[in-house]
Amino acid sequence: MTVGRTHAVSLVGLAGHLVEVEAYVARSLPAFMLVGLPDASLCESRDRVRAAVASSGLTWPQRRVTVNLSPASLPKSGSGFDLAIAVATLAAAGLVDPAAGAGVVHLGELGLDGRLRPVRGVLPAVAAAVAAGYPRVVVPIGNLREAELVPGASVIGATSLAQVAFRYGAEIAEPDDVEPFTAARPAQPPPATRDLSDVIGQATARRAVEIAAAGAHHLFLVGPPGAGKTMLANRLPGLLPDLTDAESVEVTSVHSLAGTFDPADGLVRRPPFEDPHHTATAAAVVGGGSGIPRPGAASRAHRGVLFMDEAPEFSGRVLQTLRQPLEHGELVIQRAGGTARYPARFQLVMAANPCPCGRSIGTTPDCHCTPMARRRYFSRLSGPLLDRVDLQIDVLPVTRAEVAERGAGETTAVVAARVRAARALQTSRLAGTPWRTNGEVPGRWLRDRLGARPGLLTELDGSLDRGILTLRGADRVLRIAWTVADLAGRSAPDREDVGTALALRTRGQSGQ
Amino acid sequence: MRAKDAVGRYGENVAARHLEDAGLRVLDRNWRSPSGELDIVALDGTELVVVEVKTRRSDACGHPAEAVTELKLRRIRRLAAEWLVAHDVHPSGIRIDVVAVQVAERGAARVERLTAVLE
Repeated sequence: MTVGRTHAVSLVGLAGHLVEVEAYVARSLPAFMLVGLPDASLCESRDRVRAAVASSGLTWPQRRVTVNLSPASLPKSGSGFDLAIAVATLAAAGLVDPAAGAGVVHLGELGLDGRLRPVRGVLPAVAAAVAAGYPRVVVPIGNLREAELVPGASVIGATSLAQVAFRYGAEIAEPDDVEPFTAARPAQPPPATRDLSDVIGQATARRAVEIAAAGAHHLFLVGPPGAGKTMLANRLPGLLPDLTDAESVEVTSVHSLAGTFDPADGLVRRPPFEDPHHTATAAAVVGGGSGIPRPGAASRAHRGVLFMDEAPEFSGRVLQTLRQPLEHGELVIQRAGGTARYPARFQLVMAANPCPCGRSIGTTPDCHCTPMARRRYFSRLSGPLLDRVDLQIDVLPVTRAEVAERGAGETTAVVAARVRAARALQTSRLAGTPWRTNGEVPGRWLRDRLGARPGLLTELDGSLDRGILTLRGADRVLRIAWTVADLAGRSAPDREDVGTALALRTRGQSGQ
Repeated sequence: MRAKDAVGRYGENVAARHLEDAGLRVLDRNWRSPSGELDIVALDGTELVVVEVKTRRSDACGHPAEAVTELKLRRIRRLAAEWLVAHDVHPSGIRIDVVAVQVAERGAARVERLTAVLE
């Protein structure tokens, strides 16, 4: 009896590991053993594979079939191994040519009728297979377009096990065309036409959104209900430049794994936008689940915008979990089943009312909240978290005069062009450093770069002395000042830029 | 005799002939003890072979060998020990074989032997 061999890929987080699938058919009592650390969901594969083989017109070997997934120490999960297990078993039983399936990576879940169902995470899995030196991949037809996005892969899409077996020399009639399973298109809201010109008035807030887009700064909007905070935040992704090729692959991989990616549209080229509801749990935001944790909203917002509307309403635990990705740009989630690493370099946008009733803003606050209630409302947004948010501004209610001026606002296209120009300036200045935008650069580097310019930082140092800014806060102001200068096309920030930055950092309270 | 017993009897005859053709010496058939029955006991050289015969008329309920469960194998293992106590045979070892007989509508039955099924 021969040993049938083929390959599959096991995903732990976004990292794919090549798994060798071996099958051995022994002359003993009929049994089907699956060894090599499969979890409960993978053990169910045995029943699917048996039924699929019988449905394909092939005879299941009435012998003791042992399938080994090696390396055996790596925990494996999910239904994506079905096709590889079936091919290895058929090869071991001599029903297909053992040489045909060897060295080919097989991905896909089998239906009981032998049809191949699409699986999640095909993009990172195929990328891992190619990286491991196995460019030949067979995937379910529903995943074909996704798999073809990987450069260097030679991908074959199959509709059924019978089709694969026939190609590998099984003695069955050439399978008829069966209706293929296609990947369920993730429910996506229709692309709303979100243009910055829809926002009425709010000159300061618009400027803040533009600066946030240009420098990839985190943004905190405080304002009464109906002032346009959510509208402004929704329009931020439109201002961001397209993702680079490397970023696209990263972002698409995360969304492929999360099941929120429609392969019909190709790689994700635009920065994603995620707005979890404020009842979201920590697992939903940072990722989680049983066994190997799956990516959450923070990872799905990688290279895009994570918008937390009504930020103080989120549970404190959820808000605190965001500190790790804000600092390191990735999430490491440890569970009993293993450790998963997901990228999470997102731009955080938070919106909040000034107090529980939402009216404590402007020069004549009409608010009846007790001071205690106001303090409690904001206490969720802890100092350490807010300290990491570069831009913090008030969004004041729109006045009638501003409504009358409607139409004067710039469109997304105009602002996006300025953002692109500012990003280009940053790219050339930061060439040779590990950073790409002002939002990532540490303060020390900025100070050194600024050099000694008398008078430039007077106001900033004053705020530091009066305790309005922490030292980190002062660094953040410097970053914003650089972005303001980039948007204006200046080679370095001047005094006015620092003043603007200071006002945008401190919700306009620096002068008080 | 009921139909299923007749099929079983026929299968055991086919199996015994198959074993003898394969060079085994059949020592005992349908040996009964209070705890069960051994279908065939044979000698393969100096090794004692306890054979469980399964006969099926169709594949409707699966392959005959599938009906030999873990529980059944353990009972056969125990019975083999009982058989040795009751007989003056001193084999070099013991193994359990399963012979699957598939009776055809017409023509010869299909016989398959699975050796040393209990590990």
